[in-house]
Amino acid sequence: MDIKLQKVSYRYGMGTPFEKRALYDVDLHIRSGSYQAIIGHTGSGKSTILQHLNALLKPTEGQVQIGDAIIERKKKPKDLRPVRQKVGIVFQFPEHQLFEETVLKDVMFGPMNFGVEEAEAEQRARNMLTLVGLPETVLEKSPFDLSGGQMRRVAIAGVLAMQPEVIVLDEPTAGLDPRGRQEIMELFYRLHKEQNLTMILVTHSMEDAARYADQIAIMHEGRCVLNGTPRDIFSDSEQLAAYRLEVPRIIQFQKQLEARIGLSLGELCLTEEQLVRVLSRVVKEREAQ
Amino acid sequence: MTKMIFGRFLPGDSFVHKMDPRAKLLFVFIFIIAVFIANSTWSYAALLVITLLIMLMSKIKLRYLINGLKPVLILMVFTLLLHVFFTKGGALVVDFGWVNIYEEGIRQGIFISVRFLVLVFITSILTLTTSPIAITDGLEILLSPFKKVKLPVHELALMMSIALRFIPTLMDETDKIMKAQMARGSDLTTGPVKDRVKAVVPLLIPLFVSAFKRAEDLATAMEVRGYRGGEGRTRYRLLKWTMRDTLALLALLVMIAILVLLRN
Repeated sequence: MDIKLQKVSYRYGMGTPFEKRALYDVDLHIRSGSYQAIIGHTGSGKSTILQHLNALLKPTEGQVQIGDAIIERKKKPKDLRPVRQKVGIVFQFPEHQLFEETVLKDVMFGPMNFGVEEAEAEQRARNMLTLVGLPETVLEKSPFDLSGGQMRRVAIAGVLAMQPEVIVLDEPTAGLDPRGRQEIMELFYRLHKEQNLTMILVTHSMEDAARYADQIAIMHEGRCVLNGTPRDIFSDSEQLAAYRLEVPRIIQFQKQLEARIGLSLGELCLTEEQLVRVLSRVVKEREAQ
Repeated sequence: MTKMIFGRFLPGDSFVHKMDPRAKLLFVFIFIIAVFIANSTWSYAALLVITLLIMLMSKIKLRYLINGLKPVLILMVFTLLLHVFFTKGGALVVDFGWVNIYEEGIRQGIFISVRFLVLVFITSILTLTTSPIAITDGLEILLSPFKKVKLPVHELALMMSIALRFIPTLMDETDKIMKAQMARGSDLTTGPVKDRVKAVVPLLIPLFVSAFKRAEDLATAMEVRGYRGGEGRTRYRLLKWTMRDTLALLALLVMIAILVLLRN
């Protein structure tokens, strides 16, 4: 399911002294089955964009096309609901949305809202809880008795159980330890690869964007200033600096290494694994000479 | 949510903004009592005019006030209608058989509404033009004589400032949780009332959980910074009473005199 933003502008608090423009003429086309990252400095309009992706906000100007549905300012709230089932959002600190008596019931909340039968919803909930790596024993526990990391997983399962075609992630790993961070990111990447889900990752982390995304859009002061592949985006560190962003640490490392040994490795490595591969190839080539 | 103006502060540099919070609090307190002096058409008209004048001086737009106070205004219209339909007395104006509208009903309805409107406006102008910190500072000083009778003035002021401080935070929080639940298909804005009431539960529980967590964090943060209450505490922000404040209170006296003259 493609998502197309056309000349989208948004103002908070229209008609009050607090009126603030958050988005200016944003054009963005997110293709079905892609892994799109949206990065930007604090206050660049990332979160505002995110809420447009499943019609939580309606653009004050322009339009958002989500699959076949067109979201404009005039749309009535009840027409927006079907869209929300197709696009699931995992908000920042999603554990704050837990409320049910048991973990199982909380995960069933989403699907049941969209008219899924109870038995079916329960089946989905059990599957999703296993998928996010929670043991059977938590099913009947209160979500408030779990650890922070486990609560996060329950909340993520709650979004996955709606079986959306597009998943929007807002800093999904904020506040997790490094291992939990990696597990969660790998989980989403697996879903993206195996089930061909469209992923949209809104993040501060250049490393995550470089590692997982195949398209990166850069937001700066309410505008979408760049959109391209990670290689294109991260090859120009000066331009990134102008948007108050840095290239991933591994690319900084590669640049410094190249300067030190006076040799270009020939390609930009986006992850540690890639750099190791390229480096060992280069070393072997030189030994052979 | 962003339209609500209770507890909001609009920074500015109007005459009203620059007044000393003590003067403003005194003014509003006396004004509220003075509102009940009015009992004739002309005195109510005078009240309304004075309130609008104060609003003009504060440079707050009428449209903004009305938008922000919509829920209160609805309540006001409701009381107006109650009076119009149920208060008897005076000449019969409309006779529909089972619905009778009397002159006194309309009169009372309008009076009560104006009183309500004036009270809500004046208190909103107070909170809109005075930062929560200034309000509590002012209140603490004004109430300090009551320390003699063991009233915990400092603690009360602190409680109030915390409450005011967290209104916008809780509003933002509500908005966030509401959106998260809406993204999970819960629907607070459409559908039959029964469903909407049910949809409040997924909103309220997380809100309570986070409010309690926040309270606990705040208590810890205060404790680790050595907070021990108001005993022996000096002030960083000093309040300054100026000519402006004396003038404002004198104007208030003139206003009361006018109201008393317009009584019948």
